Amino acid sequence: MLTDLYVSGDSPVHRARPVRKIVALIVVCTGLFIFEGWPSVLTAGILVGAGFAMAGLRPRHALASLRPALWILVAIFAVQAMLTDALFAGFVTARFVVLILAAALVTLTTRTSEFVEGILAALTHAPHWIPKHQIALAISLCLRFIPLVRTVLEEVRQAQQARGTHASLTALLVPLVVRTLKTGDEVAQAIYARSPE
Amino acid sequence: METRDIVFIALFAAITAALAVFPPVTLPVIGVPITAQSLGVMLAGGVLGAMRGGLAIVLLLGLLAIGLPLLAGGRGGFGVFLGPTGGYLIGWAVAAFVIGFLTERFWSRLTYPGAFVICVAGGVVVLYAIGIPWSAFVAKVSLGTALAGSLPFIPGDIVKALIAAGVIVIVKRSYPIIAK
Repeated sequence: MLTDLYVSGDSPVHRARPVRKIVALIVVCTGLFIFEGWPSVLTAGILVGAGFAMAGLRPRHALASLRPALWILVAIFAVQAMLTDALFAGFVTARFVVLILAAALVTLTTRTSEFVEGILAALTHAPHWIPKHQIALAISLCLRFIPLVRTVLEEVRQAQQARGTHASLTALLVPLVVRTLKTGDEVAQAIYARSPE
Repeated sequence: METRDIVFIALFAAITAALAVFPPVTLPVIGVPITAQSLGVMLAGGVLGAMRGGLAIVLLLGLLAIGLPLLAGGRGGFGVFLGPTGGYLIGWAVAAFVIGFLTERFWSRLTYPGAFVICVAGGVVVLYAIGIPWSAFVAKVSLGTALAGSLPFIPGDIVKALIAAGVIVIVKRSYPIIAK
């Protein structure tokens, strides 16, 4: 979903201004929750599908975006099917799929830098006391850190499995936090070293 | 606010987002999912302190609002704030701030039991004080009903406070951020 999945292209979807894509995404996501039901999910699904086709993205891109959430979606479907019925379970799951694909369409066709510039552009109308550049830096760093944290989490997990320990959450979180804090300090020093002041 | 603070804010927003990989358990009655993500909220406050911890969660909420699916189960988008559990998301930011504030207050004599009490105060008392009235309002039920519906989640949150307190105390010893 967030690992740098940018797929280069020159379609109208790629060229659209990031602010517009974000607004479209907000409209789709909000609409899916306000108008609950199959019609809205199907409409949004067709729109997102058209977006994928227009951007020249292949089904494997869509599958790659869904894969991280796949088994969670299966679990949600199973639980909802037990508690309610298969149709409602299908609706809830289909809504997640459409939401994730809609967000993926924006991520796949927008460079992180463009994305942040888009938010910055929106911020130019904000009052001067708002620390615009710090907000932009925080956003772009966070988008970089999410795949990093996932990787570290997976490494710590595998290291513990290799030693045959049954990882408790504490044993997982302490190395995760300490390792990423160290990385954070290195990143801060790197930014500081490169800054003109 | 220095670059280092911005980096740590972004980092804990990312850690809280990444904790979504642990599968959520959704209870049928009111549909509030139990996730490992509120652990990230407690850690943000307990490791970074009030301002940075609170802003880390505000950043996460901002990214959610612009449509990134960062909540457990791939949830995200502006819609998550409109549902019955939207108050708990706003409450996360306040909870991280309160946990951070109390952790800073008691930093020099922070022990495991103390950190646990702080995590419960912010991550349970403050969080539910915001989440329950919100749920009652949007779902059009009485405060009592909303409270009763939230009770099943409290044991899970106590367990998360136990885990978070342990992590906060160990990180304080090995890589303290607040004291610097």
